[in-house]
Amino acid sequence: MWKWFHKLASPPHFYRISAILSPWLLIPGLILIAYGVYAGLFLAPMDYQQGDAFRIIYVHVPAAYLSMMAYMIMASAGAIGLIWRIKLSHAVAAAAAPLGAAFTFLALCTGSIWGRPMWGTWWEWGDPRLTSELILLFLYFGYMALRSAIDDTTKADKASAVLALVGIVNVVIVHFSVEWWSSLHQGQTVFKKGTMSADMRIPLFAMLIGFTLLFGSMLLRRIRTEVLYRERRTKWVKEMILSPEGGA
Amino acid sequence: MSQVEITAVEREVPGIFSGLVATTRRDLLLAWKRPGDVLNPLFFFAMVCTLFPLAVGPSAEQLEFSGPGVLWVAALLSTLLSLNSLFLSDYEDGSLDQLLVSPQPLPVLVLGKTLAHWLTSGLPLVFVSPILAVTYRMPMSVVGVMMLTLALGTISLSLLGGIGAALTVGLHRGTALLSLLILPLAMPVLLLGANAVALAANNDVYTTGIWALAAYAIGSLSLAPYATAAALRISSE
Amino acid sequence: MDGLAMGDYGAYVWSCFALAFVIVVFSDWRSRLRHKRVYRDIEVRLKALEDR
Repeated sequence: MWKWFHKLASPPHFYRISAILSPWLLIPGLILIAYGVYAGLFLAPMDYQQGDAFRIIYVHVPAAYLSMMAYMIMASAGAIGLIWRIKLSHAVAAAAAPLGAAFTFLALCTGSIWGRPMWGTWWEWGDPRLTSELILLFLYFGYMALRSAIDDTTKADKASAVLALVGIVNVVIVHFSVEWWSSLHQGQTVFKKGTMSADMRIPLFAMLIGFTLLFGSMLLRRIRTEVLYRERRTKWVKEMILSPEGGA
Repeated sequence: MSQVEITAVEREVPGIFSGLVATTRRDLLLAWKRPGDVLNPLFFFAMVCTLFPLAVGPSAEQLEFSGPGVLWVAALLSTLLSLNSLFLSDYEDGSLDQLLVSPQPLPVLVLGKTLAHWLTSGLPLVFVSPILAVTYRMPMSVVGVMMLTLALGTISLSLLGGIGAALTVGLHRGTALLSLLILPLAMPVLLLGANAVALAANNDVYTTGIWALAAYAIGSLSLAPYATAAALRISSE
Repeated sequence: MDGLAMGDYGAYVWSCFALAFVIVVFSDWRSRLRHKRVYRDIEVRLKALEDR
């Protein structure tokens, strides 16, 4: 097993394998999402309190979940790269950042749009999750900004890995502190997720898993590009590109 | 022919504590020689506190209401300003490299620099804040709470800000990047501090916030120096 | 079916799903574009070195 894992960490091997693996994530992911969208929009019964607006959950929750999962991937890949000096690991972290930021943005927008009919306002500072998500977006921006500000790739990898790790602790603290803060300023209605019937929950799971698979395939492509760029001066890249079938 | 004997000279390597003290003393001495570095952020603090009522209007109730928040944000911004130069002059004249190769553990030396930074930025803020708090019609009892929150909060800010400063030292446009990096780290401090003062102003129970701030300070104290040291090593490669 | 209206919340629900679609597609498109660009740049450079 270790041998396989070790082989995977070699860039040329990863480059080939990821191309093969990607459709196996993408297709099932898209199918699940298609089902989830259909079932979530048309099959699931209407919510007692929120009417049809609750259906936004089928997009908002996967987005928020992915925004945090991407951060975890980014931080752990950075840590692995830092501790065990695996180049590919740093490439994973670099690739995960823009994806994570995109999903965080989506979570914020859908959360805001959801809030409008629910709370009557486009933004609610008092909601712990919205505010924490906003800070997460700033963390992503800071991470990407730091990476681009440092010219040397190795240095950028290490510095951003440190930043990501510091950020993990911060995310947890931010979440709790905002919760405390919002509990102070009562009068803001915090949206409580009630219990959901199975009809409502199944599409949600489909969306969660589907989006995760989709995210996986998108991440794989980005890592591929990252690997290709970082290894652009190596022999294996040269041989691959100059060979008749190329390596796109 | 006489033989030259080469013998190892027994030298005492200074201990950790003396390393800490030496670093702190050096930075304090440097700050003493350049009072501008200490005074400018304080003026900035006063300036922000002055600009706010000018922008929003001097109504008494508005001032009282916004006082804790404005003062805290101003303190945060002022600290941000002073964090910029935490490692900058050392980086520029090569002292940073000396710190990196010294026999003392780097986290300890970082702690020394951070302590000096707090003594020259956070602590002065604590003592200057009552003057401005009074202009916001803050009652004396609340001012006491505010000074306490500032004292505890600025400790965390100096420590956590050090991480950001270490990551961005010597970078082109490092200042703007530093602000972006510090924001998520400083946000819980701001939240806890400003709201504890606001609670005190309303005669509510505010001790939770104080304990949380203290816990945050202790947490930062234990962990931040290591992160800052790691960041310094990376930045200086 | 009254499905398309979604109660009165149609605009909100549909805009969320549309936004999700747009962001995913846009992100995918950008990453493909970047990959092609990186690949082409390397190819051009390598071919130029070969021809020399």
